[in-house]
Amino acid sequence: MTPDFFKLWVYLAQTPLLGLTVTLVAYRIGLWLYHRAGLNPLVNPVLIAVLMISGVLWVTDTQYATYFEGAQFVHFLLGPATVALAVPLYNHLKELKAAALPIGVALIVGSATAAISAVGIAWMLGASAETMASIAPKSATAPIAMGVSEKIGGLPSLTAVLVILTGILGAVLGTWTLNILRITDWRARGFAVGLASHGIGTARALQVNPVAGAFASLAMGLNGLATAILLPLLIRWFW
Amino acid sequence: MLDFIIILLGCQLAGEALSKAFDLPLPGPVIGMGLLFIGLVIKGGIPEGLQRTAQGLLDHLSLLFVPAGVGVLVHLSVISKEWLPISVSLVLSTVLTIAVTACLMVWLSKAFGHDLPEPSPKSPKKPRGKGS
Repeated sequence: MTPDFFKLWVYLAQTPLLGLTVTLVAYRIGLWLYHRAGLNPLVNPVLIAVLMISGVLWVTDTQYATYFEGAQFVHFLLGPATVALAVPLYNHLKELKAAALPIGVALIVGSATAAISAVGIAWMLGASAETMASIAPKSATAPIAMGVSEKIGGLPSLTAVLVILTGILGAVLGTWTLNILRITDWRARGFAVGLASHGIGTARALQVNPVAGAFASLAMGLNGLATAILLPLLIRWFW
Repeated sequence: MLDFIIILLGCQLAGEALSKAFDLPLPGPVIGMGLLFIGLVIKGGIPEGLQRTAQGLLDHLSLLFVPAGVGVLVHLSVISKEWLPISVSLVLSTVLTIAVTACLMVWLSKAFGHDLPEPSPKSPKKPRGKGS
């Protein structure tokens, strides 16, 4: 470690290039391990990349804001990618139309289950009212969940953390849950994972099966809508 | 390619504008997804290039969650005060939601069998460890 190295590091750490490259490389390694493990959900590439990057930030004593200067370019693509989910949705329009009734019922019941079970379990274990309100919209996609959380007396920043954790949990535990229940219908598998764990679950479904991916995309959008509209009503009703 | 990037960003922009202007409960990108979907239904097909552009973005959808995920780990201390109820609730509720939703869909599909087409050849009978 010569002084030149430090100079170089200080220079690079200030540019967005480093944060961006670290993000892509960490994800590439995560993806490589994921494929090596035969798409085993426990070897989730997001989780691996997140752990690696957090380790790098911790070791190099780098602020998250500095890292995000570079990572924001990746983060920005979430918007257009969400729009692009209309394409798999359209590709499977026929299957979606045919399953309209099961979709509608499973949406309402699933959405209510997500909120009520989360709040109920937190309440039984003695969580504060603010935490319960923050956890209620956890299965919806982040911007919706944060808005709902604020409306019903939660902390949007806490909700953002809970939403991402829920997404990773769904992507990691979904396969195992569905296999134990012997659910072999890709439509039901995708829809359940997309509803419970929004974009991160949908990403996993898209990797595994195109039909599951389309149903997951639909479930993510619909549960966002259901959470935004039904949850504030449900809360007013119970409180 | 350029045209399709403009379509995607245009839909998102229109979605953001609608969301703000009418104070809608949905975020811009989700409304944008709806707009693009409606557009595709009206057009009655997906242009080859849009299919490729969308596929390119969605192939690495999980990459796009990495920056937010790092933010979560950095701010994990916000759950430290009530980590036990929060973690138990997240795990159980997520598993329960997946189970209830999937079982209900399968059950309804069987009850209203005529509402659903035969499983496509893409859906294998027994996913082994690899399913979503």
